[in-house]
Amino acid sequence: MSQSLQDTVQQICRDHQNDRGRLMDIVTGVQAKFGYVNQQAIDLIAKSVNAPRVDVESVVSFYAFFSPTPKGKVTIRLCNDIIDRMHGSARSAQAFFDDLGIGFGETTADGMISLESVPCIGLSDQAPAALINDVPVTCLTSDSAHDIVAELKTHMDPQKLVKSFGDGKNSDPLIRSMVRNNIRQPGPIIFSPCVRGEAIKKALSISPAEVIRAIKTARLRGRGGAGFPTGIKWEFCRAAEGDRKYVLCNADEGEPGTFKDRVLLTERADRVFAGMTIAGYALGAEEGILYLRGEYAYLRTYLEDVLTKRRGDGLLGKDILGKKGFNFDIRIQMGAGAYICGEETSLISSCEGLRGDPKNRPPFPAQKGYLGYPSVVNNVETFCCVTKILELGPASFNEHGSAGSSGTKLLSIAGDCTTPGVFEVDFGITLGEVLKLAGAENAIAVQVGGPSGQLVSPKDYGRKICFDDLATGGSIMTFGPGRDVLKIAQCFMEFFIEESCGYCTPCRVGNVLLKERLEQIAAGRGQPSDLDYLQDLGETIKTTSRCGLGQTSPNPILSTLKNFREVYEKLVRPCEDGLLPTFDIHAAIGQAKRITGRESVVFK
Amino acid sequence: MITLTINGLEVSVEKGTTLLEAAQFLGFPIPTLCHMEGLSPYGACRLCVVEIGEGPKARLVSSCTYPVEEGLKVRTASARVLNARKMVLELLLASCPQSKTIQDLASAHAIRQQRFRQEYEDCILCGRCVRMCAEQMMANAIGFRGRGAKRSLGTPFDAKSEVCRQCGGCIYVCPACELRCTYTEPEKAICGGCANLAPPCVQKDPFDDMMCYMNPCVACEISQES
Repeated sequence: MSQSLQDTVQQICRDHQNDRGRLMDIVTGVQAKFGYVNQQAIDLIAKSVNAPRVDVESVVSFYAFFSPTPKGKVTIRLCNDIIDRMHGSARSAQAFFDDLGIGFGETTADGMISLESVPCIGLSDQAPAALINDVPVTCLTSDSAHDIVAELKTHMDPQKLVKSFGDGKNSDPLIRSMVRNNIRQPGPIIFSPCVRGEAIKKALSISPAEVIRAIKTARLRGRGGAGFPTGIKWEFCRAAEGDRKYVLCNADEGEPGTFKDRVLLTERADRVFAGMTIAGYALGAEEGILYLRGEYAYLRTYLEDVLTKRRGDGLLGKDILGKKGFNFDIRIQMGAGAYICGEETSLISSCEGLRGDPKNRPPFPAQKGYLGYPSVVNNVETFCCVTKILELGPASFNEHGSAGSSGTKLLSIAGDCTTPGVFEVDFGITLGEVLKLAGAENAIAVQVGGPSGQLVSPKDYGRKICFDDLATGGSIMTFGPGRDVLKIAQCFMEFFIEESCGYCTPCRVGNVLLKERLEQIAAGRGQPSDLDYLQDLGETIKTTSRCGLGQTSPNPILSTLKNFREVYEKLVRPCEDGLLPTFDIHAAIGQAKRITGRESVVFK
Repeated sequence: MITLTINGLEVSVEKGTTLLEAAQFLGFPIPTLCHMEGLSPYGACRLCVVEIGEGPKARLVSSCTYPVEEGLKVRTASARVLNARKMVLELLLASCPQSKTIQDLASAHAIRQQRFRQEYEDCILCGRCVRMCAEQMMANAIGFRGRGAKRSLGTPFDAKSEVCRQCGGCIYVCPACELRCTYTEPEKAICGGCANLAPPCVQKDPFDDMMCYMNPCVACEISQES
């Protein structure tokens, strides 16, 4: 075994040219082969790529999909997102517990099946969902969970669990997935038909500077949520000094409740790659990287095939479409289960084979990004828009949307609604209209922009979806009557604590304290001053954290405090008996009671 | 040269200087914890935050990592800065209440009451030791593991490191604890414990020329005497 481990690990390292920068791929390879990356494997990798052993261990321990201890041959990753919980993921979880005889984080005694609880896997519209190895399984019930275990025990092949394929390209021989696209409202830009290669041809007929001008004229802003003007970002990068430049596509769609990039990569992969190629031309870059989240590994073979076909058709590779000197190629970099890697500097760290810790800014990626070279990182949807802008011209893009936010936006709507799925809408649409589209008019609260966004109450349903009002990267979660606002906030705080990288103090220490106090309030043990405590601590985390994750992590609490203050006020009570409500005296003297064997005289 | 304004005073400094260095040059005190001269800027403790920009666009940044920019307006002690700094310090104090360094800082910032539940950890993950080990001692013996609240540091697999020369650099730079040198046996984590461990520096020739921060080191003195 150990000899074969040695040979295999060394072979995997050689396959990646013993390049330290490809550590993610190497570790992913070892994990896939053996089901774990143990001490011996870490040693071997460290020697092969000539890196300190501690660096390799650091990477292995950072990502959720890597494990230093043996996992089962099959790993069932059940999504624990709020939407999945609302749709009864607990029932499927119970079915797995019963049939496998194990809990989350455990492996069956025969070493065959492991069970894990993971944050959003991008299937909120078909919740509850799970990943079985790489294979997504949707719309789980306790019955289907029983069936899955029974079937797995007979053949141990997750792919065989897929009985019928989803719509569109999900039935492609290279995808073969039961995932459904649920494109409810295709719009005029992103989902409209497109002639392959046309946009690149148009881009190559003008100068790179003119391409950037077209993007600027279209007033395209980043679709990931922050809304930075894409043209300006490109211009910075083009002007930055560097022998090489890189185009990175952020397909690490980790924001709970978002799944539009999954649909785009399934249905419009060509358009994404075309957008990256155009960026390559505009910036003078020769290499692009698509950073694909580990949860979407089932799309990888298909995407590789799309790339191969593009190379064959002269849309990638040397002298693209006959344009002398314009060489550009794209590689796919797999992620391994880390939400933080959707933050652009973390994404770059991860591509470089490091832990997914964010980098200090400035310098910004456009000045000093991947491997220290100027790089742009854009969202999948942004690249789709780029392709369309070049094909139709900036004017037709500008026709849609509102003053500060041109074009259309993809929304992933899920939760308590009749038609969850992907909607392409013009910017400037009100939240109320969006809810009507999805059949969620009776929602008592809507989370706009995922956990890092805000929970909006019905009095704000007239507000507009755009960068200057309600900004969203695409996630819209609807909550119907009877849902508990504090439960939602608690769930999101758990998510941030789990996904924080732990680098800076406020985010690492502060969020845990925020969640604790929130739980105390929810349990009826809060006093009015606790609301100020939450507000103060939340604001401090927001302003002092190092990266986007920390700066948005208190939002579930801050936005509920703002929009649903009455819920908090009903639960807190002033301290009357001289004891702080947050202080549980009975728990504190519990041990003394046990030792003395009697009740307290004072505190009955 | 780049000209910027710090607390209303104009200053010209070289390109690449950090806000912290520029402020210190002018004599404005900014407390730091994870920052250390000779080690790369890190920006983890967030104690050195300062306010930059004006109006609604004003924001807090860590001065130890932020490079000077032409025309930048910096405030090192605005009410917003002091509030944020105080709370960050409270968070640090909560996670590592026994540290003398943090206690002193808290005292200097008039923190008289602890609002947060105390953790009694012995590490604030400021990364000084990791950078010391990698950048100055060229050993790369310790590093970070895990993420979020589970982030920790140590040698690979918490086992005795082959590359550690027990120079003591990590203990020397640690602002949080005097207990970092737990080695693999916590019961020996006392001052002078290294003498009992017979560190490789007195055993083996290869380490003769290596730098060592344990000065005076009991082990070295013993070896010189014998």
